[in-house]
Amino acid sequence: MQSLTPEEQRRTAGFFTTEISHRVKRPLRLMEVCGTHTVAIFKAGIRQLLPAGVELVSGPGCPVCVTPNEYLDTAIAYSRQPNVILTTFGDMLRVPGSSSSLLVEKAAGADIRIVYSPLESLDIARDYPDKQVIFLAVGFETTAPTAAATVLTAARADLKNFSVLSSHKLVPPALQALLDRPGVRVDGFLLPGHVSAVIGVEPYRFLQRNFGIPAVIAGFDPLDILQSVYMLVRQLEDGAAKLENQYSRIVPAAGNPAACKLLEQVYQPADTVWRGLGMIPSSGLVLRPGYSAFDSRSKLPVVVEPASEPKGCRCGEILQGSIKPTACPLFGRSCTPDHPVGSCMVSVEGTCAAWHKYGAGRWQL
Amino acid sequence: MTMERIQLAHGSGGKLSHDLVNQVMWPAFANPILGEMHDGARFSINGAGLAFTTDSYVVKPLFFPGGNIGKLAVCGTVNDLAMTGAVPLYLSAAFVLEEGFPLVDLKRIVDSMAETASRAGVQIVTGDTKVVEKGAVDGIYINTAGVGQIRENVNVSGCQARPGQDIILSGTLGEHSIAVMSERHGLVLPETIVSDCAPLNGLVEQILSRVPQTAVLRDPTRGGLATALNEIAEQSQVGIMLEETSIPVQAAVRATCDILGFDPLYLANEGKMLLFVEPEYSSQILEIMHGHPYGRQACVIGSVIGQRPGQVGLSTAIGGVRLLDMLTGAQLPRIC
Repeated sequence: MQSLTPEEQRRTAGFFTTEISHRVKRPLRLMEVCGTHTVAIFKAGIRQLLPAGVELVSGPGCPVCVTPNEYLDTAIAYSRQPNVILTTFGDMLRVPGSSSSLLVEKAAGADIRIVYSPLESLDIARDYPDKQVIFLAVGFETTAPTAAATVLTAARADLKNFSVLSSHKLVPPALQALLDRPGVRVDGFLLPGHVSAVIGVEPYRFLQRNFGIPAVIAGFDPLDILQSVYMLVRQLEDGAAKLENQYSRIVPAAGNPAACKLLEQVYQPADTVWRGLGMIPSSGLVLRPGYSAFDSRSKLPVVVEPASEPKGCRCGEILQGSIKPTACPLFGRSCTPDHPVGSCMVSVEGTCAAWHKYGAGRWQL
Repeated sequence: MTMERIQLAHGSGGKLSHDLVNQVMWPAFANPILGEMHDGARFSINGAGLAFTTDSYVVKPLFFPGGNIGKLAVCGTVNDLAMTGAVPLYLSAAFVLEEGFPLVDLKRIVDSMAETASRAGVQIVTGDTKVVEKGAVDGIYINTAGVGQIRENVNVSGCQARPGQDIILSGTLGEHSIAVMSERHGLVLPETIVSDCAPLNGLVEQILSRVPQTAVLRDPTRGGLATALNEIAEQSQVGIMLEETSIPVQAAVRATCDILGFDPLYLANEGKMLLFVEPEYSSQILEIMHGHPYGRQACVIGSVIGQRPGQVGLSTAIGGVRLLDMLTGAQLPRIC
């Protein structure tokens, strides 16, 4: 829709918002699962365009936000080891662990390097054969295939000094766990477009089958999002609970079979802890036993400090959509993007960071 | 968590940089000239209005599409002087060289500085060279300082934004950051993006000689357009409202930003300027800019408003409005 002129964009947005306003007869809570959606919603000023009865709440779809302290503490412990180079995507650097962060460790001298692709880690491993290079493998179904491909490349090259500290997570089990919780009220889901491009449509079918909740796989353009909200509202007001794919230009029904095959080959599902949501069965990915030579935890044991959560931080409730960031006593006071206390304030895609950066999403003159 | 050490984000030009200056440098150095918070200091000696500025350049890689560290070191200081409303005259150049640095690279850098200075009409009149042990610096660091003469009847300052003024941007955003980043990380981009690194004093000269009523000049370098406008909004205690669809960004830059999770409004530029002026002068300034190689894509991107003092708002393509904050931390590539 980016090919539309500004006038056409405004007109199309006007159509969707008018239709939404006409159709909404009761308060609706719609959850955008993905952090990229959260940011796109704020950046485009979509909250301001929606009628007061339509509430957008953010879900557990920011990989940085749901990474537990235990993982960060492990990464920090590795960074303090001599002869270790940590490689990571940039936004992991600022996440506070129990008593430090990778950025603080980097400033103190740890060898931590930002990479744009996990494959860059292999070049570093080749350049420093006397050092152990550990890639922080964090992210959902979107990034896991590239990490899997990196492990396969390392295996083919017989690289002995490369491993991954895996904390990959799967989105559908988290949605299931969220809906199984008492007190969580979501009327409809905006499902993540990037994740869906890998896994396809069917893994979300349980939303319709088990919970009778409407869901729309949504693109990231502002008009994609508005259209997806409109599709959800239309379903809800018609009493329907369908699984629709607004982002079909990118998301084939079957997803990306090659990426899924890579995941299947290298990883296996495992129970894993999500920050704020706790242990969720079969929601993580760990390396299969055949690739344990590339699993940091089994290859390079390290002593990790006991994990502790920051006092007063309510990231957990925010990740479940139970409270708004402004309800957290730390928000905007002791917890700001420059000095984040909780993970939701760290990532550019974190709910609290987005609320803070964009002034809670409601600019009024 | 107490931040007890300097982090990279302290040098990003965003909020942490400001906090560092306000909490460490300002209490130690406080004086009225520094308090103006201009791109350079403005003062007078025996009645002659002068501008004085300094900057250090630590860019990696040293050579990138559209420029190198030497060209950047001259353009940056020339532009800082130009943005105070001064005519840049003389520069100093100080080099910190790493043991083992290739002489051929140094020569390329120095030649580029000489050529850029000549193009900008300034002279490098003093300098310094130090060599440190291998590993103590990353190849070469350059510091340049410059002095210039303030024009008579011209008074541009970040404190002079007033409601009703138009905000003019001289061209597209973000090419410098993306050019450097693509070279640094070997990114394969849809097309080569070239840094906009350029001396702007010639363009400023043409504008100020014909429209001395220009109220504010600023080059949106580190921290980008958003941070520069936030600084001005704060200094002048006015609100600013931008039109998203009016802000020019090259398609390739936008596409790269989408992939990496960057916002072009926060990317550094090295050859762009912002200008605040009463609307009756806008068309004249645009005409001047459009006739100059560094201003061909100049346009009005928004205006100063009386409400929300100290804040910048953005009217989005689909008709929403949002806050446009100062850069927080450094822009880091996201996970997904």
